[in-house]
Amino acid sequence: MRYLPKSPAEREQMLKAIGAKSIEDLFAIIPAAYRLNRDLDIPRQLGESEIVDYFKAAGQKNATDYASFLGAGAYRHYRPVVIDALVQRGEFLTSYTPYQAEITQGTLQAIFEFQTMIAELTGMDVANASMYDGSTGAAEAVLMAMRVTGRHRAVVARTVHPEYREVLATYLQHRDLATSEIGYEAETGRVDVQALEEAVTDETAAVLVQSPNFFGVVEDIPAIAEIAHKKGALLIVSIAEAVSLGVVRPPVEADIVSMEAQSFGVALSYGGPFCGVIAAKENFVRQLPGRLVGETKDQDGNRGFVLTLSTREQHIRREKATSNICTNQALVALMATIFLTVYGKEGMRELAEHNLAKAAYAAQELSSVAGAKLLFRGAPRFHEFVLQTQESPALWSQRLLDEKIVGGVELSRWYPELKNATLWCATEVMRRETIDAAAKVLAAGLVEA
Amino acid sequence: MAAMIERKTTGKVRPHQTQNEGLVFEKSSPGKRAYKLPPLDVPEVDASKLLGDAHRKESAGLPELSEIEIIRHFTRLSTWNYAIDLGMYPLGSCTMKYNPRVNEFVSRIEGLAEAHPYRPDSLAQGVLEIIELLQKCLLEITGMDAITLQPAAGAHGEFTGILLVRAWHESKGNARKKVLIPDSAHGTNPATAAICGYQVENLKSNADGGIDLEALARQVDEETAALMITNPSTLGVFENEIARIAEILHAKGALLYMDGANMNALVGKVRPGDFGVDVMHLNLHKTFSTPHGGGGPGSGPVACKRFLEPFLPVPILSRRTGTGREQGTGNRDQEAGGELHWEYDRPQSVGRVRAFYGNTGMFIRALAYILANGPDGLRQTTEDAVLNANYIRKKLEDLYEMPYKTPSMHEVVFSDKRQAAKGVKTGDIAKRLIDYGFHPYTVSFPLIVHGALMIEPTESESLEELDLFVEAMRAIAQEVEQTPELVKRAPHSTRVSRLDEVTAARKPVLRWRPETK
Repeated sequence: MRYLPKSPAEREQMLKAIGAKSIEDLFAIIPAAYRLNRDLDIPRQLGESEIVDYFKAAGQKNATDYASFLGAGAYRHYRPVVIDALVQRGEFLTSYTPYQAEITQGTLQAIFEFQTMIAELTGMDVANASMYDGSTGAAEAVLMAMRVTGRHRAVVARTVHPEYREVLATYLQHRDLATSEIGYEAETGRVDVQALEEAVTDETAAVLVQSPNFFGVVEDIPAIAEIAHKKGALLIVSIAEAVSLGVVRPPVEADIVSMEAQSFGVALSYGGPFCGVIAAKENFVRQLPGRLVGETKDQDGNRGFVLTLSTREQHIRREKATSNICTNQALVALMATIFLTVYGKEGMRELAEHNLAKAAYAAQELSSVAGAKLLFRGAPRFHEFVLQTQESPALWSQRLLDEKIVGGVELSRWYPELKNATLWCATEVMRRETIDAAAKVLAAGLVEA
Repeated sequence: MAAMIERKTTGKVRPHQTQNEGLVFEKSSPGKRAYKLPPLDVPEVDASKLLGDAHRKESAGLPELSEIEIIRHFTRLSTWNYAIDLGMYPLGSCTMKYNPRVNEFVSRIEGLAEAHPYRPDSLAQGVLEIIELLQKCLLEITGMDAITLQPAAGAHGEFTGILLVRAWHESKGNARKKVLIPDSAHGTNPATAAICGYQVENLKSNADGGIDLEALARQVDEETAALMITNPSTLGVFENEIARIAEILHAKGALLYMDGANMNALVGKVRPGDFGVDVMHLNLHKTFSTPHGGGGPGSGPVACKRFLEPFLPVPILSRRTGTGREQGTGNRDQEAGGELHWEYDRPQSVGRVRAFYGNTGMFIRALAYILANGPDGLRQTTEDAVLNANYIRKKLEDLYEMPYKTPSMHEVVFSDKRQAAKGVKTGDIAKRLIDYGFHPYTVSFPLIVHGALMIEPTESESLEELDLFVEAMRAIAQEVEQTPELVKRAPHSTRVSRLDEVTAARKPVLRWRPETK
């Protein structure tokens, strides 16, 4: 076996040193009744070339030559090649959680840089070292707000990613925490502010909204914050499309921001691994879940970094910890850090503006097809938009597939009231000719219908 | 410069230069760029007009660097890390094994890495087949009946597993109140039980560090939901009464949860499903070689017995059969043939534990590892892991105290009792190990061993590397006798000396800020 660095003679030599007759002696403590005395029924050992062939075939079966308008919480952006060149360095890739600070300063400093960049982008004071993803981050943020306020109710916008809301429900099901959902305004797709005002009470721990929301619409964060804060509730803003922060005003009025940073140079990988992160105002730092890196000095006065405030965490506090999270998404956070360094201050704005332009063009072209209309026109959007068609999406999406284009996601699976409505996304990698081709395909069917 | 400190080198290490490197923000200067966007092929837009009040006026304070500076910055940082690629990384219960490079290669294959999670199932058959095959392999390895790959890490898997336990109890009319957890358990276990709404009841270990059957029998009652056990335990000891433990629990209607952190001791030799476990999680980033990456990502699949299957998180992978009936592939009775797709109609499910389907990139790597090994390779891997731990035990047991003499599996736990008598603690020995070119073992854990040294070499270490480790540990034991101060002030060879953690926690500086003008 090519990963095992021992010759048969060395194994014998070691057994002898231990005083064992055979390797089975070392497993003697396992009762014979349930020892496995056969080979596992799994595929035989493959050579490296066979492994590569197997996965390449699977990749091809997946189809690679389709253009796609899919977004909805997972976004395709260009990934600068230096990201993979750097994260594949064994010193990053094959290192453990940096508990031994003296020999993990590389990881620690990179995480400190990540925390700083996320704080800068979101307008928060501090950020943690990462969470599993945007969905679990949002759920943990709500639990955090509950600890901070000592209150037991949460108000959640229906425009938060439906799968995030499902995860939240799973996380809360055995906690003493009730949630209520509030709808959106038909004209704008924004949170129904009046309903929010009625729903938030003196018992509300948190208001959870997403911006840009699931429809791609940017919420009026200052107005929502005012409603939450008036009753002493915390405002949590979930951000599923991190690139939006290049051009969209950061939610500075929020108390906690839970962000999915997948857009920062992380491959789609069929939904994971992604990179959640929680950022917050300074005074809530001791209720943050997950790891934090802090700056300090060594005995000789050199600057150095350590994992800190670990009395919040499970390995110290056990059942009283702020979360049970241990392993996070460190390497993915490093990808994000490199991505943000590549684009930098000017590049993030330029990149975000390209996204804005592509989506504006796509929205205009697709909605100008007869029988199609753009929903939620009355509010600013980033790079996603909702299109409603007279024709059933099942029909035109098949015609698009025939042209090797994957159209928008159908919304009725989460929003039954939005019939024939689909959510489209156009990032900077979307080509004009794809948009034009999609418009043509849509038009073809609608004329016939 | 700094006062010269005695630096002892052995055959494994010799000092070399590392580059100084400031924070990325300190290297920034306006106008430098590392990107070039293609020209827009659609009309430009006026962002402030489109976004109105929601337009970002002031750009985020991100650094501005050129590409070569970025490469150097992160490369320099990387050289400050220790890594498996550099040498033995014997962290107990962390299974720091070799991370095969073919795993990285195949996870980046275009059709896999660029697959959007909402693409139609018809365009995702390749990745779904990978998921199906991995599920099948993991079920065979664990001897369980059904599985979900959705949890993102071990602790997330624990959470999912205990949710299954709770949902099952609730379906019987009583969620029950408490979860029993041995005092040797990892901190995630009690934290998990608490977030699932259970009280944590501590189970004291017996004189061998194992489960005290009498205490267990006393503590298990009609309000006990489950026992969370790690097997082999964090002492590296196989719980040979595990079948009896399962019986005691089952007699009272309680379930047996197994934390699979130490599965590297069992693969191909014995299966949890065969010794009474009802539900367990695996750590693909431990047993199945996906990289730790400085703390993540992980992946924590949860496998269970058939009676828990209805409660698995949504969605589960299904295959349409020829008859049009659907068949879950998260269980062992699947048939090949029809199209794979995600099944959402699961009325008894505990719900979703994360968005999409899990850390798919890790599934690809884990499957590549399983395929590279096959049944014979996986068995040999387990045997070598256990052989290595026992070799270290044999070579060190005369110098380091062994609090429990029970046979070791894949890891061995010593205590610092003898060294502590000289004022040297496990943490000091660990830091001194760094000077000898090794990553420290796990320090001060499990909690039932005062001053624990928890050593897990994994199968990835050659005899030569093991002998160097043994030599280093023996040399340190001698230093403790002769020059304890040398050990207590270690490490002496690293870029930074011991860091002031107290100040870091008291006055947290968690981000860089530009100097105030």
